Amino acid sequence: MRRETSMSTSVGLAMKLAEIKDVLKCEVLVGNENLALEVETVVASDGMSEILAFARPGALMLTGLTNVQSVRTADIANVRAIIYVRGKRPDEKALNLARKQGIPVLATRLGMFDGCGILRERGLKGDM
Amino acid sequence: MTMGQELLKKTYPVHGRNFDKAGEAATEIKQLLKELGLDAALIHRAVVVAFEAEMNVVMYASEGTVTLVLTDDDIQLEVADRGPGIADIALAMTEGYSTATNEMREMGFGFGMGLPNIKKNSDVFHIDSVVNTGTTVSSVIRLDSSA
Repeated sequence: MRRETSMSTSVGLAMKLAEIKDVLKCEVLVGNENLALEVETVVASDGMSEILAFARPGALMLTGLTNVQSVRTADIANVRAIIYVRGKRPDEKALNLARKQGIPVLATRLGMFDGCGILRERGLKGDM
Repeated sequence: MTMGQELLKKTYPVHGRNFDKAGEAATEIKQLLKELGLDAALIHRAVVVAFEAEMNVVMYASEGTVTLVLTDDDIQLEVADRGPGIADIALAMTEGYSTATNEMREMGFGFGMGLPNIKKNSDVFHIDSVVNTGTTVSSVIRLDSSA
């Protein structure tokens, strides 16, 4: 299991989805009215069991998996919002479920590494 | 297992290979437990157990059921399927071991974490399986346990 080696004790900063949208140059696919929501932690994976095992409630989820199961997993794990990376677009079933469950969905052209790196620089923390 | 008085029992059908509906039972259980006002951390554990077990039925079995029992002591989940069964349960419980197909991995599952996730979130965990017949996974989450 991967462990943080940093001994930093600084408290993670919260970011509004609206700020995250700007720094990652996101398009908002669902939940334009909910961009004032804040997140402090991020979980990033294409493996849904990893999201289920490690996401803290209220985390932001970055993923490249775009099917309906990505939204289902986010909902089960109490993820606050989803960002799809690498320019991937979720299918309509996924978007419909996100609307139904009230989960904002954004999409960025950035890859997973760059997306995570930018959010880490802004003060968001991982979930481990 | 438990002497707690049964307060509620509900069974949800699960259809193998139906990936569009996969997770609906777990989502309904989450909604129900929230409406009953249970502790959020306990709900989270129960729903992860239900979802992972439901996904296993969808991926591997032909059909199955998720049964939720709430007593005044615990949340009990039993997920039973008609399916191929598991020949080597110890191996199946090993984190990282999986028999998933590429199709399952493309769905974001099949990384060998499902059964370990279920066990990790359970206070009592049982798995019984008969090859070519089916598998039953039972999980108990005590209401007085912490996460």
